[in-house]
This record gives sequence, structure tokens and C-alpha cells, in this order.
Amino acid sequence: MSGRVILHSDINSCYASIEHLHHPELNGKPLAVGGDPESRHGIVLTADYIAKKYGVKTGMALWQAKQLCPEITFVSPRMDLYLRFSRMAHEIYAEYTDLQEAYGIDESWLDVTASATIKGDGYSIAKEISNRMKAELGITVSIGVSFNKIFAKLGSDYKKPDAITTMYSDEFQTKAWNLPVGDLLYVGRSTNQKLAKIGIRTIGDLARTDEAILVSQLGKMGSVLWAFANGYDDSPVRKENAHAPIKSVGNSTTTHRDLVNDEDVKIVIYVLAESVAARLRENGFRCRVVEISIRDKELFSFTRQRKISNATNITEEIAVEAYRLFKESYDWRKPIRSVGVRGADLVNDNYWEQIDLFCDFQMREKHMKMDAAVDDIRRRFGFYSIQRGLMYQDKVLSAVNAKEDHTVHPHGYFNQ
Amino acid sequence: MEGNKVYVDVTAEFSAEGVLTPKSFRWTDGKVYEIQKVKDVRRVASLKAGGVGMRYTCVVNGRESYLYYEDNNMWFMERAGA
Repeated sequence: MSGRVILHSDINSCYASIEHLHHPELNGKPLAVGGDPESRHGIVLTADYIAKKYGVKTGMALWQAKQLCPEITFVSPRMDLYLRFSRMAHEIYAEYTDLQEAYGIDESWLDVTASATIKGDGYSIAKEISNRMKAELGITVSIGVSFNKIFAKLGSDYKKPDAITTMYSDEFQTKAWNLPVGDLLYVGRSTNQKLAKIGIRTIGDLARTDEAILVSQLGKMGSVLWAFANGYDDSPVRKENAHAPIKSVGNSTTTHRDLVNDEDVKIVIYVLAESVAARLRENGFRCRVVEISIRDKELFSFTRQRKISNATNITEEIAVEAYRLFKESYDWRKPIRSVGVRGADLVNDNYWEQIDLFCDFQMREKHMKMDAAVDDIRRRFGFYSIQRGLMYQDKVLSAVNAKEDHTVHPHGYFNQ
Repeated sequence: MEGNKVYVDVTAEFSAEGVLTPKSFRWTDGKVYEIQKVKDVRRVASLKAGGVGMRYTCVVNGRESYLYYEDNNMWFMERAGA
């Protein structure tokens, strides 16, 4: 398989870089994306390179980051903007190959084997992509060039930001093998500890260890990691990846007053479902799982989810399913303080499925048209220009500001 | 915030082939400037104004200036001297 040319491109500090581009006045100053800076809640999602130098890390509470780096500016995440950039990056990649596989919002594998004869070797393609990202999107990438996906990813992590690292078959023993074994995809903290116990500290150590010993320590995964370290990974870059680059879209809200009956909950579920469905539509996603989360006034909380028969981004379908889940799982022992609705198991426009024989297709079509019309009216005249009749039952409840509550995780390497 | 990014009103023309060409824009002083010629169109990040868009290199009164079409359907320009 050494004939392949695989790139792994990683947008450096993706969210922070995009925010820097949109805030030229913060040029040269430390910035982090995260939480809600106004209410001083939340955690750092991404820190830029300046803040990282002060020790600011992803996952840190905002106040901790401020202590480490008093000059830091926090900005609230704008997921929709980042998804737009992710799409534009994919458009650039698409000019080099139709074999691209997204890994989260900011990373992609590209199989450019077939372009190499026209566009030059892997390194020159990487150079061209890197230059175009800078000029056209104003952000930098780190690219790894190799003959398989695992080493390409190692290459993109090797040097950051704005770098290209090759891991060719005659190089990986000198470059990759010196790296700590924890840098390898799928060596997490626990695997790392197990490997350390048998004296394996670098990727080279792992590669030179007898496969049977690894299997005895780690099970099946031992064999997989051994193959990774030796460059035997031959997994293909997936074409037409129907997975959305993010896992789920959800909104939750803590209401102004406690909810005391089904009608109250229904209003809030519809508000949230409208926002979730609109965001799914905006980004061209549909969900296959609907999830609700409920917290009562004693702060006891639970979530319920269900797979639905057809992938959807129709407001009505998501709301009805969410309300049904609620009815099935709550007995009104206590008033409710907070409600969340989430669409998960997302797919994108490439996804197709068997249509349910009994599903009312014309009705679905009508709902889609209606949602599109509402989206359009709201885009032009503002969110409150058009409302469901239900919302007038209680204007205070329906005016809740659906708080953005995103979860963005890349999908696993295996389970796609 | 975003002091160098100036959104402007633009009058543009769509050709039958679907090509979009800006014809004039109204600057912050209210004056309308005719675009004599568009020399180049490409997607570019504007580091001065902060944003990304299709950049139209326009000739206005014999001088080149940049007009960006953002994917939110708005047009912006960079403030001079920024």
C-alpha cells in the first residue's frame, strides 16, 4: 500500500483562528473561544497560540484561563460560522480529490494519490492547499503527508502551526518512532499507562514489541496499535462521508418560572425544537435520534432518547417526538426547571434511506416547505415576526432565549 | 469592533449565465460610486476588515479597490488606511 499519498490537514486552533480573522482589532493579543463571557461561565473550547503560551488549555474554566493570562479576551462560540469555514475548507480540498474524509469539524484526510501525476507530489499539493487556506480563508493548517492515514495524522500533529511534515515510508522510522506512544491515535491515558508498565514509551518501542505480547496486554486493540506503529494501516479514506462533521445539535433552557403542566412543557419543547430544527436545516443536517433532557426543581435530571424512523430536520417531527418522550417518561412528581431538546446521530445531504411505506410523504413535503418558508420569513424580518399559535398561550415562556448548547466531537476512527 | 469593515449598498447585475457583477456601491458618505470595470474575482480572506468573501477587484474613478461579497449575502469594503 506504499503507493498511496494521504494528507491529513488540521486547521490550527480552528475556532480561535476564525475569531481572530473576524476581530482584526485583537491581532497579536491572546484570545480564547468559550462559554458565555458575559455571565463569566463556562470553559475554554479553543485557545489561540498566544494564550496557549501562557498555559491556557482546552477544557479550562474561563476564570482559570484569566488567572494564567490576564490579557486574554474571551469570545462566545459561533458554531454556524465555524461550520461555514469548515465547508469552505472542504471545497478547497475537493479540488484535489474526491476522496476526503472529515474527522471532526477541523480535520480531514485526503487521498490525493490520483492527483499526484497532475498536481505534483504529496508535499507540493500540501503546500498549495496550505497557501490557499491562508489566502482564501485567512487561517493556517498543519498538514501531514504520508502513505497511510495514521502517519498522515501524526505528521499534521508533528509541527504546529502552519507546517507541513512528511512521513514517507523511508522516514517514519526516524520521525514517527521517536515520538511518545501517546501521540498515536487511540492511545489514550489508560492504554498509555498499560504500555508504560511493559516499558513501551515511544511509537518505535511499540513497533518493535512482539505483537503477541501486546495482544495479551491490550486484547484485540494491541494488534491494531502494533499495525499502526509499523505503518500497516491500510484503511481507506472514505468517499462520500454521509456523517455530519458534528455529532449533535441541541438547545436547552432554564425557564423563568417552573413548569407545572404538560402545556407549559409543550410550549418550551416547541421553542427548543424550532431552534434545533432550524440549525439542522441551516447546516444541511438531519438527525436520526431525538433526545430530551429534563431537570426538576430539586435538580434531579434525566435524559431519554429514541431513534426515529426517518432522518429529519422537520420542526414538527422533532417536537412531536420530544413531547412523546416526555409524556412517556415523566409523572409530574415535581415541577420542572429546565428542558433540553437535542437532535443526534446526524447525517448530511449525501445520506439516503429507504422511505417508510406507511409514512405520509406528502405531509412531510408540506412540513418541509412550511419550515423553509418560516426560515425565510425569520431571516428577512426577524425571529419574532412569525410564531406558532401555541406560543401565545404563554408569552413569557415562549420568549425564552434558547441557549446555545453545543456538543462537538469528532466521530470515532472505527465506527463510521 | 470591526471598525475597518464597512458594509455597503451595492447595485449589481446578474447575467443570463448567472454571473454576478457589481455595478455601483454607496459609500458611507452617501455618495454613489460607479464601477467601471471588474478586473478579477476570487475568494480571499480580508485580514484588514476581518472576514472572507468573493473579492471583486473593481476599477472606480481609474483606481482599483476591493469589494467583498460575503456568504451572508452582504457586501463589504475595507476602510482606507486601515
